[in-house]
Amino acid sequence: MWFAPERLREEGGTPDYRFSLANERTFLAWLRTAMALVGGGFAVDQFLPETARPLRLALALVLLAGGALCALRAISHWVRCERAMRRGEDLPMSRFPVVLGLAVGVVALLMVIVAAFGWGG
Amino acid sequence: MPEGKGTHGPRTRDRDPGLQPERTRLAWRRTTLACAVAASLAGRQTLHGGIDPASLVVLALVVVVWLAFLALAHRRIRAMRMPRPPALSPRAAVAAVACTLALAVLGAAMLR
Repeated sequence: MWFAPERLREEGGTPDYRFSLANERTFLAWLRTAMALVGGGFAVDQFLPETARPLRLALALVLLAGGALCALRAISHWVRCERAMRRGEDLPMSRFPVVLGLAVGVVALLMVIVAAFGWGG
Repeated sequence: MPEGKGTHGPRTRDRDPGLQPERTRLAWRRTTLACAVAASLAGRQTLHGGIDPASLVVLALVVVVWLAFLALAHRRIRAMRMPRPPALSPRAAVAAVACTLALAVLGAAMLR
């Protein structure tokens, strides 16, 4: 469904504009999270020059991929919420925030270790 | 001006007391700022490994992506002037996500 979102307007009734705007703000918040992860990926490559290249590239790519995933998930969730509101259904539940939280925690821990012990190449 | 009902005076009918359009407008501003930071880092990434024609092309593409997001946000912010703005169009949402993905891909191509 989310890859053909133009069909969204054909379903159900138009929800209260306030709910749509709230959904839009949630979408933008996820998009900012995605941009922060993408920016963080570049920052790892640019500001950790002492780190061994494979480790640095791996961290940067993990963050970039996480950012891309987060952006794709942002629009998928936005479409699913908008559709649920149009049909008068419950809003969709998701495990994504928990998974993302854990993943960011692991990456942050790894970066602290890298920064503290300086695994130079 | 339409006649007001209730205790909040005459302006409650043409202005959302929850300030939803304003909050959404500011959310777009914050996102534009985040996009500027990500685009700056992506641009810095293109010049990180030295300046050559390929890196300049990628840098130009990063600037184009950032301008595209700026235009998108500007359009949506203008729509927020209405007391009851229409919902975000799926096309605009897809375009905003595409800008983020483009920054990630352009920068990833420039990792050294």
